[in-house]
Amino acid sequence: MSSFPQYSVIGARIPMVDSVDKVTGAGKYADDLTLPGMLVGKILHSPHPHARIRSIDASAAEALPGVKAVVIGRETPVKYGILPVGHDETIFAVDKVRYIGDNVAGVAATNEVIAEAALRLIRVDYETLPAHLDPEQSMRAEDHLIHQGRPHNIEREYHHHFGNLEEGFEAADYIREDRFDCAEVTHAALEPHSTLAKFDPDGKLTVWSSTQVPYYLMKTLASTLQMAEEDVRVIKPLIGGGFGGKSEVIPLELAAAVLARKAGAPVKVTYTREEVFYAHRGRPRQIVELKTGITRQGKLTAVEARIIQDGGAYCGYGVVTILYSGQLLNAMYDIPNVKFDGYRVLTNKPACGAMRGHGTVNTRFAFEQQLNRIAAVLGIDPVEIRRRNFLKPPCRTVNDLRVLSYGYPECIEKVVDRSGWKHKYGRLPYGKGIGIGGSHYVSGAANPIIRSMMPHTTVNVAIDRGGTVTIFSGAAEIGQGSDTMQVQIVAAELGRPMEQVRIIAADTGRTPVDLGSYSSRVTFMAGNAALAAAREAKRRIVAAAAEKLACSPDDLVMKNGGVYYRTDRHLALSFEDAVRLAVVRDGTLQTSGTYTTPPDSQGGKFKGAGVGPSPAYSYSAQVAEVTVDSETGQVSVDRIIAAHDCGKALNPLAVEGQVQGSVWMGLGQALQEEMIWQNGRLMNPGLLEYRSASTLESPPIETILVESNDPEGPFGAKEAGEGSLAATIPAITHAIYDAVGVWIDTLPVTPEKVLKALEEKRKSHELTSL
Amino acid sequence: MQKENVRLHVNGRVYELEIEPNRLLLEVLRQDLGLTGTKRGCDDSSCGACTVLVDGEPQMSCLMLTVSYQEPEITTIEGVADGCELDALQHGFCVEGGAQCGYCTPGIILTAKNLLARNPRPSNQEINEALSGNLCRCTGYTQILASVRKAIELLRKEEPQEVER
Repeated sequence: MSSFPQYSVIGARIPMVDSVDKVTGAGKYADDLTLPGMLVGKILHSPHPHARIRSIDASAAEALPGVKAVVIGRETPVKYGILPVGHDETIFAVDKVRYIGDNVAGVAATNEVIAEAALRLIRVDYETLPAHLDPEQSMRAEDHLIHQGRPHNIEREYHHHFGNLEEGFEAADYIREDRFDCAEVTHAALEPHSTLAKFDPDGKLTVWSSTQVPYYLMKTLASTLQMAEEDVRVIKPLIGGGFGGKSEVIPLELAAAVLARKAGAPVKVTYTREEVFYAHRGRPRQIVELKTGITRQGKLTAVEARIIQDGGAYCGYGVVTILYSGQLLNAMYDIPNVKFDGYRVLTNKPACGAMRGHGTVNTRFAFEQQLNRIAAVLGIDPVEIRRRNFLKPPCRTVNDLRVLSYGYPECIEKVVDRSGWKHKYGRLPYGKGIGIGGSHYVSGAANPIIRSMMPHTTVNVAIDRGGTVTIFSGAAEIGQGSDTMQVQIVAAELGRPMEQVRIIAADTGRTPVDLGSYSSRVTFMAGNAALAAAREAKRRIVAAAAEKLACSPDDLVMKNGGVYYRTDRHLALSFEDAVRLAVVRDGTLQTSGTYTTPPDSQGGKFKGAGVGPSPAYSYSAQVAEVTVDSETGQVSVDRIIAAHDCGKALNPLAVEGQVQGSVWMGLGQALQEEMIWQNGRLMNPGLLEYRSASTLESPPIETILVESNDPEGPFGAKEAGEGSLAATIPAITHAIYDAVGVWIDTLPVTPEKVLKALEEKRKSHELTSL
Repeated sequence: MQKENVRLHVNGRVYELEIEPNRLLLEVLRQDLGLTGTKRGCDDSSCGACTVLVDGEPQMSCLMLTVSYQEPEITTIEGVADGCELDALQHGFCVEGGAQCGYCTPGIILTAKNLLARNPRPSNQEINEALSGNLCRCTGYTQILASVRKAIELLRKEEPQEVER
């Protein structure tokens, strides 16, 4: 039997296409860039959590030798925000500052020392106002509200009711209510944000920035600087980690541009680490009051969630975050009746935003923890209680989310088998425990942030006469493997070796529109667009070859470096020869592919229905094993097994890396990470004080990739970069319960909380034995 | 501030500069010598991204006054490869996924280079101990460990093998 030579690159462990630049130091990140005559930009931040600006006198700063520009709020009054419904920020504060760290003025000077000296010369006369710092108090406030038009400091509230909650609870044999409180965490990407802005003599602007969303940044620069979009070009260099922290426009990006315009010279602004913490946009503190009804057999009948998010001083992504926290109660388990009351509350702290697992993580922790608590009460195995509530896809959930591929059951079975669950749960010695948790996430938001008929993404493919393929894509590589994924897909579809395919990406002046690296959308959306572009190129090459060979295109098949006769599988033309024919025929060989979500994946019609729907959901199940020291309260995680349904692992090396990174971030949120506030001031704005796990505290993370082959994903693929984060947290807290018998419902689970819970447990035992 | 003449030995080259005595090596490497592979991740020696080798020993260049380092040989990530030939660690980090965003990678490779020079056969615990001052927010360290192990494997293959007679 004859067969084609195989060099398909789908499913192979492929090093990142930019890895050599990263290991040699040759790759350039935003702060590595310099331009002749470049100035240093610095930002003056508010020292007050809430204050009215009476006046600003910048004359002394402007007079300082070496200072080339000072910009204050009234020069930049155009409001902006990542969401069309949340335009509540200005580049620099106009009338009020709303958090410690709010942006008051910008300075551009010939060097950093002069820029900092100039900041100290700016005189701001503040009238301090009472600050709203706790969300539950803030949402009762009547006076000194943070924004106009936001009564009680509530940015947005949603009230959803699907099915019939009353009937659901009536059908339940057991109803449980708990309150969960999850601390605020932040991305702390290792690269501090940095932006370089330059105006050309013709008035056009070029910005190099550490952004996950070059397209939205381009649009916001144009609107706030009151320029035409076509005069603004955003180039994304290498990005030193994002995790959502660079997925909305960050003030320094706009500050660099306005300073460059006023100074008439290129300006670079790079945040200090402390500024990164105050720029924030991380995961809000979330309070979840959760009520779940279940039958004696362990079938869920109703879920009611009241969720409050401490959003900080501006909307940012907040409306989306609060909706995700409710909408994605669904699409994991079959829950017939669901009620959600969500409140996004403004407080005088830095704005929260999107962070890995956007909006879903704390709700998922609460739900999984409560499910594990219910299982313990009812005496049902926590694995079995999940099995009894699996979805039966293809299906639509009560809130109209379409679920096609669903590898969650397989994820559960795989981690249960690998971990030896049956021999361990409830059977390990005191102080050792094992726990389980699940999670899911969207493979891209089905609806764009700015509603339009434009495709979510477009990818162009150009092939030159020598057979070299160049991809032009707007998708933003942020370390997750976006570029590598697209090269892989195009190489596989055209049957080319990876080395013959290169990519030019994320340059709004040179590449087609992609909405950005957020909501885990890139593999599904840009991947599908790249695949479509490659397919069209293939069609044209085969058509040109058929013309030359005087046969039908259907008689030919293109793969593995050549055009073959379908019948006898003989090589008809080499790839290069066939490409030359196509170039001669059409003058050039360039194709486009686009991706738009199917209408039936875009969700329901109710208010807020636009957030949550996705063309596909990833699933994760995890088992954690821990050791709890009951003397110190210290929890160490010994092992985590994570199974992730990524649809199809295009590149297992990259998928495993994404899953492990997500798990590790979940581990940090479970045990250590926390932004600690005092009177609106962050107590731990440094990488030592904001504690994340070092190599010594990080357990081995074993990954299992489950391939449910999504019918609409590129080669079956779904997201891999976010969905695993949430499951880690309940798996660890469940393991703590298994180890020492206490449930901790507040995050992070510090040693102090463990000791307190153990103490309370001991006291209640003493009471019962009296 | 009065500038001083400084001679630096970096990656086998000698640089003569005139700089303020309060300037940190991290800034001078990045801004004056254009060696931007050395990264700034924090401002208080808490992340390890700015690690360079000083006579082979890892040190954080954000803590080093440039004028005090005129004698020793300084190695940055740009000095690790032999021309176009990648070092075993660089190769390991490519093929085992140790570099996601790549921002911590230079510091980690240099720290690991020192470890392997001291101890060519480290245990996983010894690798983790050596790298415990280098923060990575992307990988969860699993693939970093695999990358270092890959380098060890590659270096072993390069060693002259003892042949039994």
